[in-house]
Amino acid sequence: MTAALSTLRTPWRRVALGQWLVAALLAAVVVFLVVGSLQSSLFLQQTISGLANGGIYASLAVALVLIYRATEVINFAQGAIATFTTYVGWQLLAWGFHYWPMFALTIALAFVGGFVCELVAIRPVERRGNVLTVVIATIGLLILLEGLIGRIWGNEVKFMPSPFPARIYHLGGAAFSLQDLGTIGISIAAVVVLWLFFRFTKVGLAMRAAAVRPAAARLVGVRVSWMLSLGWGLAAALGAVSGLLAAASPSVLLQPSMMDGVLIYAFAAAVLGGLESAAGAVVAALLIGVLLSLLSSYVSWVTPALLLPVAFVLMLVVLLLKPTGLFGRTRVRKV
Amino acid sequence: MRPRAASWFGAAAAAAAAVAIALLPLTLSDYHRSQGALVAVYFVAILALDIVTGYTGQISIGHGAFMAVGGYTTAILLHHHWWTSATGALHTIWTLPAAALVGFGAGLVVGLPALRFHGVYLALTTFAVALAVPQLAKNYSHFTGGTQGLSLPAHNGLWLYRLGWIVAGVAFVFAWLLLRGRTGRAFRAIRDSEVAAASSGVTLALYKTLAFGISAAMAAVAGSVYVLVNNFVNPDVFGLTLSLYVLIGAVVGGLGSLWGVLAGAAFVQLLPIGLTSGPLASSEDVPVIFGAVVIAVMAALPLGAAGFVQTALRFASRTRQSSTTP
Amino acid sequence: MAPLLALRDVDARYGPVQALRRVALTVDEGEVVAILGANGAGKTTTLRAISGTVRRTGTIEFAGRSLIRRGPEAAARLGIAHVPEGRGTFSELTVWENLRLGAHVRRGSLKDDFRRVLEYFPWLERRRSQQAGTLSGGEQQMLAIARAVMQRPRLLLLDEPSLGLAPLVVAEIFRIVGELNTREGTAVLLVEQNARTSLAAASRAYVLEVGSVAYEGASDDLAAHDAIRRSYLGY
Repeated sequence: MTAALSTLRTPWRRVALGQWLVAALLAAVVVFLVVGSLQSSLFLQQTISGLANGGIYASLAVALVLIYRATEVINFAQGAIATFTTYVGWQLLAWGFHYWPMFALTIALAFVGGFVCELVAIRPVERRGNVLTVVIATIGLLILLEGLIGRIWGNEVKFMPSPFPARIYHLGGAAFSLQDLGTIGISIAAVVVLWLFFRFTKVGLAMRAAAVRPAAARLVGVRVSWMLSLGWGLAAALGAVSGLLAAASPSVLLQPSMMDGVLIYAFAAAVLGGLESAAGAVVAALLIGVLLSLLSSYVSWVTPALLLPVAFVLMLVVLLLKPTGLFGRTRVRKV
Repeated sequence: MRPRAASWFGAAAAAAAAVAIALLPLTLSDYHRSQGALVAVYFVAILALDIVTGYTGQISIGHGAFMAVGGYTTAILLHHHWWTSATGALHTIWTLPAAALVGFGAGLVVGLPALRFHGVYLALTTFAVALAVPQLAKNYSHFTGGTQGLSLPAHNGLWLYRLGWIVAGVAFVFAWLLLRGRTGRAFRAIRDSEVAAASSGVTLALYKTLAFGISAAMAAVAGSVYVLVNNFVNPDVFGLTLSLYVLIGAVVGGLGSLWGVLAGAAFVQLLPIGLTSGPLASSEDVPVIFGAVVIAVMAALPLGAAGFVQTALRFASRTRQSSTTP
Repeated sequence: MAPLLALRDVDARYGPVQALRRVALTVDEGEVVAILGANGAGKTTTLRAISGTVRRTGTIEFAGRSLIRRGPEAAARLGIAHVPEGRGTFSELTVWENLRLGAHVRRGSLKDDFRRVLEYFPWLERRRSQQAGTLSGGEQQMLAIARAVMQRPRLLLLDEPSLGLAPLVVAEIFRIVGELNTREGTAVLLVEQNARTSLAAASRAYVLEVGSVAYEGASDDLAAHDAIRRSYLGY
């Protein structure tokens, strides 16, 4: 793990400039959204539903950042793990569980599942290989899990109910669905709970230490490899939240490839956020959600098929201007 | 092994492989011949990926996009009268160089902005390209036939097999010549240390973009053959799975090794077939087993098959030396 | 009485290079022992061998338990605090978080530990929310020792604590280490380039040469020995 050396020695002015620009940009975006929402109820609706989508991307994006920060590995299987756990949730419902107990149990099972995945599929590879081999292993895991879903539950589309009643609230001419508001709420809550865990608990601190300086962490007695497995467990739990919320959304169908698209947007959010900043990933995910929602309703040539290329071009433009993402720290590449 | 002995051995092995590949279709059914053509397609695609990732060190997870460019070029050209009348009898074959040209251009389009990215950012950018291109194909259906796609005239298995492996042979020779020359050395220097390469006078931007261009051109030709084997093209043909399989093939075979490419192509195309032809597994089990095998291979042979063979050869020569020293 | 730490026949390698050759040393409960020697003699490697951060073979016993099959996490749990070369500070975390991590292996309330640490380093209170990487070299060294104090170790491994620090700061650090030893009874195994300072702080010392123990004895004797002084200690 290379440490961000440059920010420690860069004069305050230079560091602040990049960050001030980003902050100004974000402020401008927020102002734009608020003004637009006040002017048009359609705008407000699209913003809210965009935020809901963004919330789904955000949970998965934070999961990606979690694993990347600890191991510099992009977990390509993150979406498939989320889909698998959503199917488990579906199965629990089919066996008679009520929704919210199912939700809690699925998250717990996802945690265990993620832990086991790391232990069985990743640790043996990590021991001997480099980052690229581990990434390939995650791709193998992706193929395995999507196949396993088909094997256990079949490939036909299934129906996953939503916990939110299909109620619409009207406020000043705009219509909000409880679905969207609930999704935003749960996504934010999940990320906040995780933040609290990392900030205030002993295990959370140990995990952070293991991620930034594994050698030093070992010296104070942290069992770094277990911290890694724990990280995978937490990431899987976050993915479960993302998957369950996605499946509850009326426009998403429960099928083995359900989270493929979400994974892409989560990647984009994580990259834009700087890959090491969970907060950055969340902000970027919300921005992507809102932006895509507004683009598809206001710009006529943006068809559903073009959403991904458009998102990609935007990500590319941002990265060309700031290669380490919106919130990434500039790194000095050591010779 | 002494260098000259090694190169004679390598040449002999290559000749033997060429003969085996040429004679193989005589023993196969028509269906299996077209499967063999697909192995050739993967061979060329993996070779292309190896040039940019294994030899130049720029990670690309999106080679399916370049294959798509080539495949669609072939399909679109074959649908237009002016092409078939202009190129006459070999109009199908002539689409391959055309695809290579378009592919080269696409490679430059990706390679130029890629100069700014490294490592994981490059990987994710190429990944996004791989997903964006099929979406573009879906959208601009006027050219591409949209989600329905375009259909192509069919060819028999033997013709496809021959086309595939001749293309593979040409690509192999081209790559071999390229990589042992100055360009290849520049590529390897860039992979090992960009700073060192630049300070030895290697123009980074030129060679890095060139690597992408050549790699994309090769992948495009692979895509053309792929489309000809399937005799149709639509956006899903070149989906994410294809890009991932090419990457898996390259890494399992062993990056930075031309022999590894063959091993990787065989692995990716033949393993699923091998699994389903036996009584043990049904087609539903294939992805599960394939995924598990990929993980197991990465745990056991992180340098891929080629790395394993190299280690074995080194071990063998060392034991031979120690047994002959007095 | 059995020594707290005993090394016998310890070999260590970095790949094909053998860094330690049949090293033997002991540290008794509450002792301060120094390891001296030229650059590359194997001083840092000896500490790494004890904490388990390098591949080693031989016999390493600490408080009656064998360390040879155990890694650094286990060594920490058994009561060894290793402050490595470069301090091992978690630069990205705050001062307070660094201290909390020091106490990772401890159970129960940390209030007393924080109080003790602040007695040794009162300035830490003011800087608790500061990012550890922004502290000066001397402050980071003191933070590293504070972190070790939080662990309540029986043995403190100190690697080059004076590296890159001004003499006044070095004196302060050694004063604190001395206090730790006399007040808490913590044994200290010290690696130092600055032979004069370390011989003053330690009661016994080992001189390493190319990975093996060349001389050992009481600090006064070693300081008085002409040949050792001139060739190893440089004065």
